[in-house]
This record gives sequence, structure tokens and C-alpha cells, in this order.
Amino acid sequence: MDIPYTVEVRRDTGLTNGKIGIWLFLASEVMLFGALFASYILIRTGAPSWPRGDTILNVPLATFNTLVLISSSVTMVMAWASLMRHRFGTFRIYMGATILLGFVFLVVKYFEYSHKFENGLYPSTNNFLAIYFTLTGLHMLHVFGGMMVNAYFLGPGSKLWKTNPEWFTNRVEHSGLFWHFVDLVWIFLFPTLYLL
Amino acid sequence: MTSDHAADIDRHVRVYITVFGALMALTIITVVVSRFHLPVPIAVSVALLVATIKGSLVACYFMHLISEKKLIYAVLMLTAVFFVALLALPAVTVHNGYWIH
Amino acid sequence: MTEPAAVAAPKPHIAHEVPHEALGFWRKYVFSTDHKVIGIQYAITGLLFLLFGFSLMMLMRWQLAYPGAALPLLGRLLGEARMPGGTMLPEFYNELGAMHGTIMVFLGVVPLAVGGFGNFVVPLQIGAQDMAFPRLNMASYWSFFLGGVTMLASFLVPGGAAQGGWTSYTPLSVLAGTGQTMWLIGMIFLITSSLLGAINFITTIIQLRAKGLTFLRFPFFVWTQFVTAFLLLLAFPPLEAAAVMQLMDRVAGTSFFLPSGLVVSGQVVAVAGGGNPLLWQHLFWFLAHPEVYVLILPGMGIVAEIIANNTRKPLWGYRSMVYSLVFLGFMSFIVWAHHMFMTGMGTAMAAFFQTTTMIISIPSVVILTALIISLWGGSIRFNTPMLFAVAFLPMFGIGGLTGLPLGLNVADIPLHDTYYVIAHFHYVVAPGTIFALFAGIYYWFPKATGRKMNETLGKIHFFGSLVCMNVVFMPMFLMGLAGVSRRLFDGGASYAFAQPVLHLNVVSSWGAWTLAIFQIPFIFNFFWSIWKGEQTDGNPWQATTIEWAAPSPPPHGNFPVAPEAYRGPYEYSVPGAAKDFLPQYEA
Repeated sequence: MDIPYTVEVRRDTGLTNGKIGIWLFLASEVMLFGALFASYILIRTGAPSWPRGDTILNVPLATFNTLVLISSSVTMVMAWASLMRHRFGTFRIYMGATILLGFVFLVVKYFEYSHKFENGLYPSTNNFLAIYFTLTGLHMLHVFGGMMVNAYFLGPGSKLWKTNPEWFTNRVEHSGLFWHFVDLVWIFLFPTLYLL
Repeated sequence: MTSDHAADIDRHVRVYITVFGALMALTIITVVVSRFHLPVPIAVSVALLVATIKGSLVACYFMHLISEKKLIYAVLMLTAVFFVALLALPAVTVHNGYWIH
Repeated sequence: MTEPAAVAAPKPHIAHEVPHEALGFWRKYVFSTDHKVIGIQYAITGLLFLLFGFSLMMLMRWQLAYPGAALPLLGRLLGEARMPGGTMLPEFYNELGAMHGTIMVFLGVVPLAVGGFGNFVVPLQIGAQDMAFPRLNMASYWSFFLGGVTMLASFLVPGGAAQGGWTSYTPLSVLAGTGQTMWLIGMIFLITSSLLGAINFITTIIQLRAKGLTFLRFPFFVWTQFVTAFLLLLAFPPLEAAAVMQLMDRVAGTSFFLPSGLVVSGQVVAVAGGGNPLLWQHLFWFLAHPEVYVLILPGMGIVAEIIANNTRKPLWGYRSMVYSLVFLGFMSFIVWAHHMFMTGMGTAMAAFFQTTTMIISIPSVVILTALIISLWGGSIRFNTPMLFAVAFLPMFGIGGLTGLPLGLNVADIPLHDTYYVIAHFHYVVAPGTIFALFAGIYYWFPKATGRKMNETLGKIHFFGSLVCMNVVFMPMFLMGLAGVSRRLFDGGASYAFAQPVLHLNVVSSWGAWTLAIFQIPFIFNFFWSIWKGEQTDGNPWQATTIEWAAPSPPPHGNFPVAPEAYRGPYEYSVPGAAKDFLPQYEA
């Protein structure tokens, strides 16, 4: 049994099943992070006072992390573009770079978190920190998840390139969409938590 | 996407590099502006504006939304409406009320 | 260049799938990716949870009818921790209440209506071989299963299962025992299952429909599952976020939902404070209102199919029904705070939510009216599915109409959190949705098994259930109007104003226990018919929709030849036609 429109698009929608599937998933993720942003708005507007982000958090480190994540988005899309140009070797380099940059992001966050804990700053300390840890923590889980999927496509999953290159390219594209979304969330998270 | 030719990809790659540059620049700008410690409403507006521009660049060019199909746009428009409702209505409702914590 | 066929010509894919015949028992029947197997798994599991949730309620009804009395036999079996000397502790009553609601909604009705009927019927009705993402479908089911196991296991932890209502309002739920943490974890599994399922349904319906099957030729059931999937996709994530935040409050000591200055049993709660209990309510109801439409829409879809089939007429007002359905789905996202009228919101926002709530009643009425008008002039066959489907109409009517005073913020003041609310929503879900689900079981049983269920037993099940449902729930409107609050462990016995209506508790309880008796013919019929039911061909109801083109039961892949749709879904009694129905799939 062959499910149609896995690789070829359906004429009237112009889309493959996977492309629709990943965008639907991203729509649900918009609502997930949206709920946390809504919580941030409700708590902050109801609070008698709220610290400015840079008084508690490390802006230079987070700025660096922002640039890291943006770079990883570029390498991700270049990885897909390499597959479109049938340059599998180049794909591996760009995909490896994407995973590496993701790893750098996580390492920086590890240092950020441990510095907070060492100074007695925990999620339970106040609501600013509670929402900071929850938002960045959930975001971190998504970075980690994305890295795992990308590692699969760099590693064991890459066998699919030999037998069905179009399907493999599509799957990398879909993984890329998830990765860009994770970058997009950070683009809003960073100013909200660190700069305001 | 599977019908793109090599020349198309080259054009796309040039766009990616341009967008990358813009994103880096906008990141620096938003951090620099934050150092001025503008009044909160203005600071929020500027920060959100810059973030929206950056986010739009990522969505339109890295995620290829600028050339996506109508169905995807429809799903995202619908999501956007509910996203705005979720962000706005709880806070507005609580502030319209009598118990504020 | 001719249009490509709906089913792709065999492509040189790698053999990523073993031919079905070669799969072992576990891959074929347990870890299957076939939508029919998964649908049956969901249905059986859902039915078992419905039975369990029903049993929890039957226990509650003993306490409500005879507060403080020892329950004979069973009372001793439940242990001293919950029923010392056979009498129910208030904590146990609260456990039963919270878990009855949670289990019926999230482990019973939705898995059966969406996971069961949706999975089994939708691919067949659109002429597809399976869902778009078969492995994701399997992951969906097992995530639901894990959520169910977590919820059941929560009864066994110290302190017992969740006790703060299915709504888990804060700060009470933050301060509760371990069972609440398991409730939250269970919900995360269940929400994940629903999200994966929703992605599958939407993609499948759009992409895998047969050639010629345009959206306005869909059976109404497909439309209801399509809209339901969007509700699940976009409304569930905020509750997932809220569950994470409540877990943070419980486990990491945050104060998302804990206000400053909270004092419990004379002790100040040692947290940072500054949180807002209303934040939980907003996030919870953002999901839970669309959730009630998730509960009703598949049922409406089932009723529509059965009415068209058993009146031998097209549905009246199909297009208005479809537009109303889509409008209803959209509106369902912006009415939620009508559950929060008593939280001190100002008049402006109360007016906003009251207005959207009144507006949303319109599409509901359009759909119900169209279904009623569809009966007019029909050649009605009163078989068991039709009896349940027709009964759905007035039962849902009562449920829907009694919702109106609740949606008006001033009328809600005396009714909020009373038995009136319980009666309202149970009318919609119990003799509403559950009747529709029974109808669907009797209707599609022949497709799944190749045999019909017994009609006599079905009629006993129907008439008994119809009478008992009304005996259980109608008195509750009176109790609510008299002012009796819900979630009272003594059913109102300690309140002077409740004395004149207390006897109604006894009426409801005996109604519930009798209702249980009338489910026995159904359970027996269900299993007996699998082996001994009257054998049928592919289309025992002479129906028009595409699922009836497949053999009964359908093989892996469903259709020997990819079907095509040539006309609308309800071409019954077409003037000049040779027989009284023209199947959608016949050229």
C-alpha cells in the first residue's frame, strides 16, 4: 500500500502531505508558545512592579545566542538547498553546522542557568524568573528535539537519500521548517525577556 | 519545491545570505536601542516592531512563506486570529474586572 | 495531460513496508498502522473507559441518594481509606467527581467519537487507503493509552487521584496531593495524542479524498471530523502550556497561579506569590469550551448520516449545515469566558462574551433544525441506529436550549455551579452525544464485522436508556433552580433551602442504576453479534456513501479499486432512478 502525495504534490492543493502536516504542527506550536506569552502579559500587567530584563539576565550572552540561532537557521536552509542542488557532501557540512550551532546554544543556556542557580535565583524566586525559566526551558526542549531530528537526518536517516532523494529532501525541508520556527520563537523571546 | 531548477536555487541562496545580514543587523539594533531605557510603552513597541520584522524575514524567506500555497496561508491566518484572541482577551478581561493580583 | 489518479501509480519506492500478510500478530493487531485496527483499538478502549467512568458516577449516586449511609457489599471492598465502615469520605466523593468528569470527557467520549469513529470511518468515506500518516496514527493511540494508564494509576498513589474537579482550578489543585501531578502528566499524554491525531485528520481529508469528491460532496460526518480536528489542533496547546505551568507551581515552587498572601489552614503558604488563579481559568477554558464542540460535532455528523439513510431522502439544508458548522467552529474560540461570569469580570467583557455566546447558538440551531426538517416527508425506517439518531434531536434540543440562560451573564448568576449546569451539559453529552455514538455503533458495526447487531436487544437498549436518561437528568434542572450547588458531597442535605428537592437525588440515583441495567443488553449484543450476528453484504443499509463500497470488513488498503465520487453524498429517492438510492461511488 502506497500513500499518495508523499513525494509528488496533489494537483489542486499544490502540496505534499508532509508539508501540510508540518505547517499544521507549527500552527499548534504557535498556540502553545502563545499561551505562555499570554501568561507573561497577564502576570506582568497585573504585577505592582516588574524588573527590566537586563537587571537580572545576561544580555551579551543572550545576544550571542541570538546570533548563534540565526546562523543555525541559515545553515539549515543551506543544507536543504544543497540537497536541491544534489550536493550531498555539502548538505552534510551544513547540517552538521546546524547541529553544532544548536549545541552551542544549549551550552550557553547551561551556563546562564547555572549562573542563576549559583546566585540563588530559581523559578520559585519570583514571577519574572518563573516565566523566564518556563519560556526558555520549553524553548530549549524544542531546540533539543530539533537537534535530535536533524542528527537523525545527518546519520541513520540519510540512507534515504540513496533510494528516494526527493522524499529525503522534503523531509529535511520539513525538519528545517521546525528549526526555523524555533528560531522565530527565540526572536520574540529574546527582546521580551531580556530587553524589556 | 521539487520542480525548482538550479538557477532558482542560486537566486534563493543569494536571498538567504541577504536576509542573514539583515537579521544580524536588526539584532544589534534592537540591543542598542534597549540600552537607551526608553519609557516602557515605547520600548515595547520598538522591540516588538523589530522582532516582527526579523520574524517576518525568517518566515517569508527561510520558511518560504512568501511563495507558499493558499491552503497554508489560510491555516496560518486562522491561527493568527486565535493567537491574538489568546494574547489579548485574558489580560483585558482580568483588567476590566475587580480582582487584580 | 489527464489528471493524475487519486491513488498514485506504483512508484519505485523502497519497500519500507512489509507486505501485510507477512506481519506477525503484534504488528497486525497490537502495533498496527492500519486506521481500521487503530479505530477499533480507540473504540474498545474508549468504551471501557466510559464504563469505568459510569461506574464511578454510580458510586457517587449512592452517597447523593443516601448521604452517610453504608454501601452494602461494595462499600467494604473499597477499603477503610476511602469508605470506612462502608460510608463514603468526602475526599473519596471528590476523587470520584473529578475523575468521572476527566475520564468521560478525555478518555471516553472523545477517543470513541474522534479516535474510534473518525479513524475507522473517515478514510473509508473519502475513498482513501488509509490515513496520510499511518505511523503517526499509531503513535496517537499509544499516547492516549499511556495517558489513560497514568490517569488510572493516579487512584493508587497516596492521597488518591485528583480531587479538584475535572477543571482543576487553582490554587486548590496546586496544593493537592500526588494524584494531581499524575492528572497533569496524564493530560499531557492525552493532549499530545489529540494533536497528532488532528494533524492526521486534516491532512488526510484534504489530500487523500477520492477523485470527484469535492468539499461540498463530503458526507456531513467528514465535515464534522474536519472542523473538530481544527478545534483540537488550535485549542489544546494552551491547556498543555497551562498544565506545564501548574506542574511548575506544584513541583518547582513557582507562583503562576498562587496569589500573594495565600493562607491555608491558618498557615501562610511559603511561596513568592504574585500569581493569578484566573490565569489558569482562562487557559483551561480556552481549551475546554472548544472541547465541548469536540464532544458534540462528531455525534451530529453520525446522526446526519443515519437520518439521511433512514429517511431515504437527502439531508435538508446541507449547505447551511456546512456553513453553520464552520462558523460554529470559528466562534467556539471566542466564547470561553462565559464559564467565568462569576469571577468578577467587568460589564464590558461580560457583555462581549455574552454576545459571542448568543451568536454561537445560531449555527447550532440551524444544524438541529435542518436535521429535524430532514425527517419531513421521509420514508422512515425505525431501526435501532435511527431510533438513537432521532432521539438525539430533542435531547440535544433540551441541552442546547437550557444552555441559553447560562450564556446570559445575569441569568447565570443564580445558576452558575448548580445542578442546573450539570443537567444542561449532561443532556448534551449523555442522551445527546452518547446516543449518537450508540447509533454509530449499531450503524457501522456491519461494516467493521460483516454482521448486524440484534434489533430486539437494540430496541430494549434504546427505550430503556431513553427513559432512564431523562429520569436521571430532568430532576437536576429543578434542583439547580432551587439553588443546590454542584460538587456537594451530601447532595445539598445540609442546606435548609434544599430540603424540598432532596428527594430528587433518590430519583436520579435509581434512574442511573436502572440505566446501568439497560446497558447489559447492549454489551451482550455487541460481543454476541461479532460471532453470531446476522451476516450481511457490503451495504446492508442501502447507503450512498463511499465506505459502503468496501467489503465488510474492509481489507488492508480498503478498496480493491480506487473509488471515484460521481455525485453528492445523499442521492436518495432520485426521480426516475431504478432504485431508491444512487451511491456516490457508482458511475
